[in-house]
Amino acid sequence: MPKKISRMLLPVATAATFALLLSACSGGSGGGGGGGGGAATENLDGRGPITYVQGKDNSDVVRPLIEKWNAAHPDEKVTFKEQSDNADQQHDDLVKNFQAKNVDYDVASVDVIWTAEFAAQGWLQPLKDTMAVSTEGMLPATVKTGTYRDVLYTLPQTSDGGMLYYRKDLVPTPPKTWDEMMSMCPIAKEKGIDCYAGQFAQYEGLTVNVAEAINSQGGTIVGSDGKATVNSAEAKAGLGNLVEAYKSGNIPKQALTYQEEQGRQSFEDGKLMFLRNWPYVYNLAKTDGSSTVKDTFGIAPLPGKDGPGASTLGGHNLGVSVYSKNKATAKDFLAFMTSEETQKFYSTQGSLAPVLESLYTDPTLVEKLPYLPVLLTSIQNAVPRPVTPFYPAVTQAIQQNSFAALQGTKTVDQALTDMEAAINTTVSK
Amino acid sequence: MSAQAGPDAKHGSANSARGGNKGIKEVGADRKEKTQGRSATLLIVPTMVVLAVVILYPVINAIIMSLEHDQGLDPVTGTFVAGGFAGLSNYAHWLFQQCTDPSGATVSCPPGTLGAQFWGATGVTFFFTVVTVFFETILGFWMALIMARAFRGRSVLRAAVLVPWAIPTAVTAKLWFFIFAFDGIVNTVLNTSILWTGSEGPARAAIIIADVWKTTPFMALLILAGLQMIPADIYEAAKVDGASTWQRFKLITLPLVKPALMVAILFRVLDALRMYDLPAIMTGGANGTTTLSILVVNQIRIGFNSAAALSTITFLIIFIVAFIFVRFLGANAVESASGGAKGKIK
Repeated sequence: MPKKISRMLLPVATAATFALLLSACSGGSGGGGGGGGGAATENLDGRGPITYVQGKDNSDVVRPLIEKWNAAHPDEKVTFKEQSDNADQQHDDLVKNFQAKNVDYDVASVDVIWTAEFAAQGWLQPLKDTMAVSTEGMLPATVKTGTYRDVLYTLPQTSDGGMLYYRKDLVPTPPKTWDEMMSMCPIAKEKGIDCYAGQFAQYEGLTVNVAEAINSQGGTIVGSDGKATVNSAEAKAGLGNLVEAYKSGNIPKQALTYQEEQGRQSFEDGKLMFLRNWPYVYNLAKTDGSSTVKDTFGIAPLPGKDGPGASTLGGHNLGVSVYSKNKATAKDFLAFMTSEETQKFYSTQGSLAPVLESLYTDPTLVEKLPYLPVLLTSIQNAVPRPVTPFYPAVTQAIQQNSFAALQGTKTVDQALTDMEAAINTTVSK
Repeated sequence: MSAQAGPDAKHGSANSARGGNKGIKEVGADRKEKTQGRSATLLIVPTMVVLAVVILYPVINAIIMSLEHDQGLDPVTGTFVAGGFAGLSNYAHWLFQQCTDPSGATVSCPPGTLGAQFWGATGVTFFFTVVTVFFETILGFWMALIMARAFRGRSVLRAAVLVPWAIPTAVTAKLWFFIFAFDGIVNTVLNTSILWTGSEGPARAAIIIADVWKTTPFMALLILAGLQMIPADIYEAAKVDGASTWQRFKLITLPLVKPALMVAILFRVLDALRMYDLPAIMTGGANGTTTLSILVVNQIRIGFNSAAALSTITFLIIFIVAFIFVRFLGANAVESASGGAKGKIK
């Protein structure tokens, strides 16, 4: 008998072992097609309690705001659902709940690169007609990140852009163009430090840097029809600039392992003359105990072809789920969360850049965040990352091919040809 | 029955290490088998139901999903629509690297798509598996031999050895990420300037080192359990007969620890074949360190149905490897337990 059972058990027990293997794989099931068609016309005037979903609230800005809202709207209370602080996990959490048509995810904070995907899935309420919200005074580039096929789906709330950090003790006037910056590199060499670095490890940061290089030369990556437009002379010049600088040593070889933090470390240690990074570095470089450049660094817009370069945009927008039961409340909450007063609070309390143009010159804010005027130039010239529902595949195509070009295993021409082909095969499935 | 088999199985597997008592039937066992069989079935049913729900359903669901196209974009409305029945084309996509270009023609997947990476990722996964399991077995065995001896501070040593295994893999990965950073400890100590996570060879080496550091204790522990089941009197008898240390190791330790060793290797191989967190955190899959699991996770964000096909392929690959282990290499994770208990229970 035991033998019989053992024979019976063998496949089951073996299967049990493999189930563990599969557990990692079967995470996402049932990806039904765009289902929200009908839901977008329902509950438009519904009022009542709603939930606001956002990633970890590290600097404690959301809770005070929601308390303020709840005090004023006792019948339309907002509950805060806090996600993890990892962007990929936030994305997957939103996908899961939208797929499940969860009515408890009324208003969500959406990373600028997710708008197109969520809109194409039919998960986001178009912000038009009765749901129309004001974008007056907002920087045009930020509004673009919330727009898919000419319809606004998410309302910009915070923004972010790249800036050039430079050593003003070594270079009194910052370079305005890429070529000018490269011509300054001998100064760094003389001092025995590295010249320029951004984020060149193979991850999302590389997409940001390559997109900036390409956009700054007037090139584009994906056209309005969703097809690749990256195999152009302008794009070649853009990517070529990075590859050339890496080859000549103007970009140090370890920059291929740099994410935001490694570059900041090197800059604060005084080992780097030019750094492309986000505004968060400003306060750290000013106040970090280990920073050796506290008083000797300055900031400038990214260098471009003939003037300021084209930064990519970071930041978060707010979207309303089509499955929400109380969309009228959600709409009011959107207006509240993007109001001038709220944005001021976000900037002063959370160091997050506003989307209202007027706030960038507001004296009290500039005193608190001195980089705002520079960031304004940066965002005024910014180009959003490719707006496509296939963003995850597109960014893979950009990262892998441009990384190969930087490493020198591929020519710039080949990398762009492959990038174009890779983007086109993923968008034409 | 299974409750009894537990403790007895330990002796059983050691005794039946050479498979000596296979196929021996006791007189009168047939009748007993019948009545016991019925209650045994009843006892097993709840487990089977749970297994069916948590294993069979997801597996079958994944296979069904893999037979449909990923959702595509409606060119007019710009919204996603369901892809429809795909047959085996998702599998062809991975195995033969077939992609569709804008004109609808089938082309080989261009570099930079996930489809183009399948065989590379398979190769990388097996490379990591073979190399890490090899080193972990050798080092683990060595550590187990030391830990099996009686000496002062043995429990301290055992606890110390376990530390790497006790640290969550994600933390380990982040730790090694900093160690292998350009201005990290390794480059400082060795006085080198190697881009550990920025080029292919060093990146793989870094991941292997981290993995071996982390999982050798697991091997050591499993092997130690095997070593401790070998009765000390066998060694004494061998000593009396004048066997040398090497002979005792080769003729007593190795054969008697083999069942435990094979199970340990089987577990590690299966574990290594689905390696995800170390490369994901240390290199993000860059520089030729994309394993199958990383590919699956990346694909899930792009299209569920292709991801389901890839999971199924991964599942089959691992299943085949495990089957080979159990069938041909005698890693009796299951059989030695019940088979060994046979002689004892009755």
